[in-house]
Amino acid sequence: MQLWLIPILPLLGFLLNGIFGKRLTKPVINAIAVGSVVLSFLWVVKTLSALGAFSGGLEETYKEHYYTWIQSGALNISVDFAIDRLTAVMLMVVTGVGALIHIYSVGYMSHEGGYYRFFAYLNLFMFFMLILVLGANFLILFVGWEGVGLCSYLLIGFYFLEKFATDAGNKAFIVNRIGDFAFVLAIFLVGFHFNTLDFATVMTQVKGMPIEASAGLFTAISLLLLVGATGKSAQIPLYVWLPDAMAGPTPVSALIHAATMVTAGVYMIARTSQIYLHSTWALDIVAIVGLTTAFVAATIGLAQNDIKKVFAYSTVSQLGYMFVGLGVGAFSAGIFHLMTHAFFKALLFLGAGSVIHACSGEQDMRHMGGLRKYTPITMVTLLCGSLAIAGFPYLSGAASKDLILEAAYEHAPWMYWVGVFTAGMTAFYVFRAFFLTFFGEYKGKHAAGHGHGHDDHGHGEHGNGEPHESPAIILIPLVILAALSLGGGFINIPHFLEPIFPLQEGEPARWLEYVATAAGLGGIALAYLFYVVSPGLPESLENTFKGLHTLIYNKYYVDEFYDSTVVEPVVGGSRQLLWRIGDVRVIDGLANGIGTTARGLGGILRRAQSGYIRSYAAWVIAGTVLAIAYIGFMGASR
Amino acid sequence: MPLGPLPAAVPPSWYLTLSAILFALGVLGFLLRRNIITVFMSIELMLNAVNLSFVTFSYVLKRNDGHIFSFFVMVVAAAEAAVGLAIILTVFKNRQTLEIDEVSTLKN
Repeated sequence: MQLWLIPILPLLGFLLNGIFGKRLTKPVINAIAVGSVVLSFLWVVKTLSALGAFSGGLEETYKEHYYTWIQSGALNISVDFAIDRLTAVMLMVVTGVGALIHIYSVGYMSHEGGYYRFFAYLNLFMFFMLILVLGANFLILFVGWEGVGLCSYLLIGFYFLEKFATDAGNKAFIVNRIGDFAFVLAIFLVGFHFNTLDFATVMTQVKGMPIEASAGLFTAISLLLLVGATGKSAQIPLYVWLPDAMAGPTPVSALIHAATMVTAGVYMIARTSQIYLHSTWALDIVAIVGLTTAFVAATIGLAQNDIKKVFAYSTVSQLGYMFVGLGVGAFSAGIFHLMTHAFFKALLFLGAGSVIHACSGEQDMRHMGGLRKYTPITMVTLLCGSLAIAGFPYLSGAASKDLILEAAYEHAPWMYWVGVFTAGMTAFYVFRAFFLTFFGEYKGKHAAGHGHGHDDHGHGEHGNGEPHESPAIILIPLVILAALSLGGGFINIPHFLEPIFPLQEGEPARWLEYVATAAGLGGIALAYLFYVVSPGLPESLENTFKGLHTLIYNKYYVDEFYDSTVVEPVVGGSRQLLWRIGDVRVIDGLANGIGTTARGLGGILRRAQSGYIRSYAAWVIAGTVLAIAYIGFMGASR
Repeated sequence: MPLGPLPAAVPPSWYLTLSAILFALGVLGFLLRRNIITVFMSIELMLNAVNLSFVTFSYVLKRNDGHIFSFFVMVVAAAEAAVGLAIILTVFKNRQTLEIDEVSTLKN
């Protein structure tokens, strides 16, 4: 079935654009970058239809073996790609949403420098993401895992002349190292105990093992995998990199930091679900981590003024929902939410990009407002996305979120209530952003010139004051994603995934759904009241709860806390201990000491080298006399 | 014709003493004189002093090794004289001096 074509096409795009991009014209770069991803998408569709994924087939895993990569003793790791229904969902999301975002980028990045570089990185990202999804064993998955991390770093720091962008890139990369370290340990544990890294083999073996016998082992593996997932999927305690990652261009935020890469952790846990099912304790921790993250990130999102920051915290929060879904055992609901989230969050980010574009690079919502007059299509599409994430009935977000909440209620009712409350907050902050942006009066600068937002590179050149609607190439992906956000809930992913994740028996109570919907609608109504009906209200509330507002406005001071507890000790320790003592004294001291000793010794010996023949002769004679004396006293050795 | 015993008038120790004296003279001349030619001659003197002791021991021990050695030494000395004198000539041509301490380019 030539699965390898799926990732190879974007890789070719990367190579062509990366090597020759400087000499190519923009249309050629566009054709290579977008074409490779679209072809990859078409090949996915063709492969999946050939495997029968669209017509009830693909119940068994389809696997392709390419070659043996590592052979050592009993351990045999090969480069294999496999497709099962879980992979099929991921492939469709990654290549489908990826292709749309590539098309959008053509419009969005048209005024930016480093055009070919951007598309080369984006293609490379697609390659690694597809490797991650297709990999049939832990190591191939890990290759993709690290590769997408690299591309994330490169693209966050795309505006590498800005210090905040490079800092954000470094932060993302370093925070992810912590998670990846745990992930590597988990892989070692699996390899050590199962003598293989192949998913299918490991999962079959795990299935046959009694829970009591090796609960400790499974708990260790699954907790380490969870730490890896919290890094990549931005969960507590490693979520801090994702909001900063918004320093990258907006399409990157949409593709990597909302729709695909950050969901890799969710995918990985779903892929290793058998191990988690053998450790209920670890599953509980997954659920609690997810729930805490969902709640905390949503509260932070309430008070952010940067439109991309709002959506960034929203992403963290929604990823938390997915983890809740996984943690309460509703793996298919988590994956379902992954897919719908990819639709509406990519839409929200791309819409935000269109808004930023319209306002000539402005990202602060306090300087927007009234844009419904200027950007009607962006507004309608963003409305679709916002309604979807807020849990409006029958839209995609509601379908998947309700499934997660119902499963959470079965597991523990308090989780359901926290989730419902979070859903209300989600609806509130998303619509807060929506109303601040599109309603009221336009509060931006009407004067020409560069905006001072994070994304202002090059947008200033058409910053002639009036906000303007984006070109069609930006709007078309928005419209398609809006349609998916509206109708995505009718794609019955839980049913599709039934061969992998059996559905729980029993019909959940109807009221659970109603309460969740009511919370979402209540959030929307509250936002409408606060930001449209009486715009003075938020400010007076801010003043009433000043302490609380400062706390969440400053993101609970988590960054500061990490700075003082982790970053500064590490930096200080490196500087004081490793640099001043370890490097300067020990290593330099050793090297310099050897040098000084050699010099000193040479200083003594060079006195012998006077340059006068007679003094050399004297040395020869002295040596001879000594030798003879030695022989005379000791006797010649025999 | 086999070598008969020499008249007992000159004992071998005298030859060895002479050899030692000649060698010491050579060493002293080598170390103390400044003229390259004299130094060179001192080296020849040492070589010949050694030759003398070789021959003496050869006689005392009734073996031929010493004779053979002394021939080798003579060959080496002849070769050395040829090369050494050529060097001395070149040095003199270049520097117009035979002062040995003047020839110290190795140092500086």
